[in-house]
Amino acid sequence: MHVIDREGLDALIRHLSAEGRTVLGPTVAGGAIALGEVGSARDLPEGWTDEQEGGAYRLRRREDRALFGYAVGPRSWKAWLHPAELRLWRARRTDRGFELGPDDAPVPRYAFLGVRPCELHAIRIQERVLAGGVHADPGYRARREAAFLVAVNCGEPGGTCFCASMGTGPAADDGYDLVLTEILDPRDPGGPTRFTVLAGSARGEEALGGVPAREASPGEARAARSVVEEAASRMGRSLDAAGLPELLADRLEHPRWEETAERCLACGNCTLVCPTCFCTSVDDTTELTGDAAERWRRWDSCFATDFSHIHGGSVRGSRASRYRQWLTHKLGTWHEQFGTSGCVGCGRCITWCPVGIDLTEEVAALRRSPGPAAGPDGAARPPTSGGDP
Amino acid sequence: MSESPGAGPAVDGAPGPMRTRVYAVRRTRRETPDVLTLELEPGVDGEIEASAPGQFNMLYAFGVGEVPISVSGDPGGSGRLVHTIRAVGATTRALCDLRRGDPVGVRGPYGSSWPVTEAEGRDVLVVAGGIGLAPLRSAFARILARRDRYGRVSLLYGARSPRDVVFEEDLRRWRSRFDVEVEITVDHAVGPWRGHVGVVTTLLDYAPVEPDDCVAMLCGPEIMMRHVARDLGRRGVDDDRIHVSLERAMECGVGLCGHCQLGGELVCRDGPVFRWDRVEPLLGVPEL
Amino acid sequence: MRGLEQLLAEHPFFEGMRGGDLELIAGCARNARFEAGEYLFREGEPADHFFLLRSGLVSVEVHDPARGRITVLSAGAGEVLGFSWLMPPYHWVFDARAMELTRSVVFDGACLREKCEGDPRLGYDLLKRVTGVMMRRLEAASVQLLDVYGGAAAS
Repeated sequence: MHVIDREGLDALIRHLSAEGRTVLGPTVAGGAIALGEVGSARDLPEGWTDEQEGGAYRLRRREDRALFGYAVGPRSWKAWLHPAELRLWRARRTDRGFELGPDDAPVPRYAFLGVRPCELHAIRIQERVLAGGVHADPGYRARREAAFLVAVNCGEPGGTCFCASMGTGPAADDGYDLVLTEILDPRDPGGPTRFTVLAGSARGEEALGGVPAREASPGEARAARSVVEEAASRMGRSLDAAGLPELLADRLEHPRWEETAERCLACGNCTLVCPTCFCTSVDDTTELTGDAAERWRRWDSCFATDFSHIHGGSVRGSRASRYRQWLTHKLGTWHEQFGTSGCVGCGRCITWCPVGIDLTEEVAALRRSPGPAAGPDGAARPPTSGGDP
Repeated sequence: MSESPGAGPAVDGAPGPMRTRVYAVRRTRRETPDVLTLELEPGVDGEIEASAPGQFNMLYAFGVGEVPISVSGDPGGSGRLVHTIRAVGATTRALCDLRRGDPVGVRGPYGSSWPVTEAEGRDVLVVAGGIGLAPLRSAFARILARRDRYGRVSLLYGARSPRDVVFEEDLRRWRSRFDVEVEITVDHAVGPWRGHVGVVTTLLDYAPVEPDDCVAMLCGPEIMMRHVARDLGRRGVDDDRIHVSLERAMECGVGLCGHCQLGGELVCRDGPVFRWDRVEPLLGVPEL
Repeated sequence: MRGLEQLLAEHPFFEGMRGGDLELIAGCARNARFEAGEYLFREGEPADHFFLLRSGLVSVEVHDPARGRITVLSAGAGEVLGFSWLMPPYHWVFDARAMELTRSVVFDGACLREKCEGDPRLGYDLLKRVTGVMMRRLEAASVQLLDVYGGAAAS
């Protein structure tokens, strides 16, 4: 294990940039932790933390100078790995019909600085969805391959975090090139922080070799471990994920869906901020003369009323059915389709829901009761019997 | 959320399976005022892989859009494709307006296929409703091409009215054979119609199938398939011997866009042909 | 049960039935209530009940993926629902859902069949009543199918 200080972090950013990568990391913008281009440690949100609750988010000043002293911001790395808008191809009319343009789009090379352990899992989950099936998205594969991931372990879990319940944090297990844990200098807790560093890949080793670093002392290694241990005990939420696919399959007609739908605005914020939501739509467009056409792919949300539209109408017309689709997919049928849960416990959907719908609460409510008794022919008895006229 | 993704102006991506191949229309045949059968032949982009009955291709009308259409015929190893399309929206209308020589984009074949091989040695019952005969047509033709491998073979077809009957020529030809049972019914008939009038389930009495040893393939409106499947169940056909073809919203057709989900199933990948026992509980939940 | 017998006697479906017969079949019956939105029965489920509606409104419906729930028939006070108990194997072909608070007398199908087998005269009476309702429904459904009103083209 090594340790780097602020100079080391600056050197790392310069090294990654010199390799031709766009370095992205957390910054403060618009009252939130926003992901954007960073040139040095000075661009990072030093001394800021976030307060998150259902439907609420604000930044607050810390007493120390931690650079990564927050949980997660609203957006996630999916905006770069699985872009919101992507032109797939262009075509133009020819005398033999039409012809598609060449497939020669350059692959952007990124370095992500500050990837949370939950986000590492989210990236792995999206990779399985988009590049792990019979038909893979070659663009996703190329962008993922080219992305250098610098993970940063969590020291400050948020009010809506439950990565511990989902087994995705607060410590990174693998999937990173480098992983950092931010620790205070015990002799100068108000001063600049430093970082323990571990490499997780050959190119991580190589990058580490190019920055000023020294061996971590036993005290520093201990400090790094306790940051994470402590974080694990301060999760804002928890979710009992045991047996969820079976449970949810059994609760499809539970009255809870209608109850929650009364609050849900179907705004789709949850799908926008969720780091694993991947649904897209295809847009075929043409320009005015009709001689050139393009195919675009853009993010879509299962909360949109026309998401499930077939001739005649939408399969999921009611808000209740759309909320049910999102939750039962994320926590239930995702397992059947992709072999893991779709949720990493980052809490964004809870924080950024305008009305604070909390999926940990929804699951608890669904667990509590099996739902209404069926009619006389169902397994359960009818609601009343006997002489009550 | 005021930040931008920081990804800059228009991002271009490797299209991979979203890239379409240009085919040309070789022939068209109008089945009904709003249904057209297209025969397509490959162009300079080459052929797609051979498709099996039940599978679909994504057909692209230049600049308008792309839709999933089941394969509806089998010109037999010539690389040509046959699709039957009903005009119900902008893209299907554009495809139904195509003429000989016009270009069409094709991607595929995708999805699961009818259990034509699994049915060998057994009685076969094909039940189609409306445009649902199109995905079954190539399966039925294939069964007839190897007639001796099957037991008793029946086709039951229901349409809204006489003018909505598709593949009239094929139906006439099949009905004139002595080794298959073909029965047609309409919901209501105005004018000269000497056939049955009534829902397609009433034709089941005419299908000489051995419930213990048959394979049923159903395609049509979902309500029709549910009723036929239940009726078959009442007559002793097991749920795992009944196969249906389902339809859900599709954007990519290759399991990447999330639109075609039905519970844990992806209709573009696990379907559109499904065994009834797998989807019956899912179809019983409204708005799933 | 005296109370139930009284309810049966008052219901149009059993008009004119002998008191002894009513007493006999009342033994197959119980009261039930369905809140708005509750299902009386579901498509595909085993069907072995006969419903005598006393008050409220029930929608007999089928659900279509694109068009949602389609009501094919409504039934309210004074009407009856459920004939699948007559013809084995017994499965519901449609859904029936209470549109508002609905009170019903529910008969157990197996019990009714047993009573009819034991007393063919009672069986014939019951069958005549049921057939009468079925015939009227069938005629009505055929006219419904004609779509006589025309108007906006169906999509």
